[in-house]
Amino acid sequence: MSWHRPHLLDIESLSAEEILTVLDTAKAFKAVGERAIKKVPALRGRTVVNLFIEPSTRTRTSFELSEQRLSADIINFTAEASSLKKGETLKDTARNLEALNVDFIVIRHSAAGAAHFLSRVLNTHVINAGDGAHEHPTQALLDAFTIRERKGKIEGLNVTILGDILFSRVARSNIWALTKLGAKVTLCGPSTLVPRTFEQMGCRVTHDVDAALRDADIIHLLRIQHERQRKTMFPSIGEYTTLFGLNKTRLAKAKPDALIMHPGPVNRGVEIDNEIADSARSLILEQVTNGIAVRMAVLFLVNGGKGPQEIAAG
Amino acid sequence: MPEATVILNAPAIERALTRIAHEIAERNEASAEVVLVGIQRGGVPLAERLASLLAGIWGHPVPCGQLDVAMHRDDLDQRAAPVIHPTTIPFDVSGKTVVLVDDVLFNGRTIRAALDSLNDFGRPQRVQLAVLIDRGHRELPVKADFVGKNQPTSLAEKVHVRFGEPGRTDEVVLERP
Repeated sequence: MSWHRPHLLDIESLSAEEILTVLDTAKAFKAVGERAIKKVPALRGRTVVNLFIEPSTRTRTSFELSEQRLSADIINFTAEASSLKKGETLKDTARNLEALNVDFIVIRHSAAGAAHFLSRVLNTHVINAGDGAHEHPTQALLDAFTIRERKGKIEGLNVTILGDILFSRVARSNIWALTKLGAKVTLCGPSTLVPRTFEQMGCRVTHDVDAALRDADIIHLLRIQHERQRKTMFPSIGEYTTLFGLNKTRLAKAKPDALIMHPGPVNRGVEIDNEIADSARSLILEQVTNGIAVRMAVLFLVNGGKGPQEIAAG
Repeated sequence: MPEATVILNAPAIERALTRIAHEIAERNEASAEVVLVGIQRGGVPLAERLASLLAGIWGHPVPCGQLDVAMHRDDLDQRAAPVIHPTTIPFDVSGKTVVLVDDVLFNGRTIRAALDSLNDFGRPQRVQLAVLIDRGHRELPVKADFVGKNQPTSLAEKVHVRFGEPGRTDEVVLERP
């Protein structure tokens, strides 16, 4: 079990062993969150910039709390408040932050590849908090952590991801993570949002929601991303709910121990029924709790230096 | 080829632990106030063994926990991120006498991290330190209260403690490069 990367940019380039290292490390950090004193000094004296060029509340808050619990110092940047509005390029903004001697940049950006770009031009640790429709690695890691915690394993599980796959970085990161860990992933949604090309990533693609739910151990719902849909991909929200929304009738046909996940924000009454979202089978709030532990683990791991992992006894 | 010498065999380890248990009992009259905490990983099986020896001496069970100090280390930016093992302290340490247990006392930095980490769980009345081997080379003002064996070493040497590993004989080996 080891980790030698200075950044977390995507899931695609990680090995199954590296993913499991994050999950095991996160387990220890979850225990820290359950203590009376929820803070450890692992990043004491380190400075983290949360560079959120695209709006985000839950991911940013989750990162912020994770950083605080590791005793790091934090600067928050949002698109509205930064000089990017005044025409500064991303590279210049980041270079200016680097000139302040920051140690970590957590970046959320609407352009795919933004985190990779920063990792090439800067000498700081870079963590991808979501880049366009490309990847959202910490979300996939916290989802995998939640599944493993509740089901005891990931290998051999049937995971159905239902909704807007095409525009979803959460779906892409989850597909990489789950297939690497040996789960069987099924994608389902309107054919315009779930094209057959995803079969190349090792997934089953179906547009029949009952077939997708029948064998599922995990039902992972995704929000319809209005903000990324430049043209109408399906006739109406009402039709989407009728054809693909998770309701009691549909859930009754799934396995009795199938669990429901959603990365949030939840559109109640669209992709998920009110009652189901609040039921004991919903892991939505556990995902939020686990997000802190997983992000702490990621920050802790990328902070590691170049020396050997072994500690001299004593 | 590194040259390895056994400096403690299984019976010698058992004798050292029995003596340490009696020294802990001698030092701490209020036996109900004593709890043991083994430092991951080498200290954990030793703490468990000491707890059972002390339970025999005192005639009541002695609480025993395990502590991982990785998050409190001072060298995290100089090395690859360490593997973190479970921390389980299933009792309140506030007001107690905590006996920290580790296998080898070396530069003292693990103990500093352990003291720091222990504070997050409460405020012990006092903390004592028991180690199986003290190999010297302290970089911090740390001294053990209970020592199994003082073993002078050179910095190039390594001390390996094998204790309670399934299918292997307990022993302490000094390895010279």
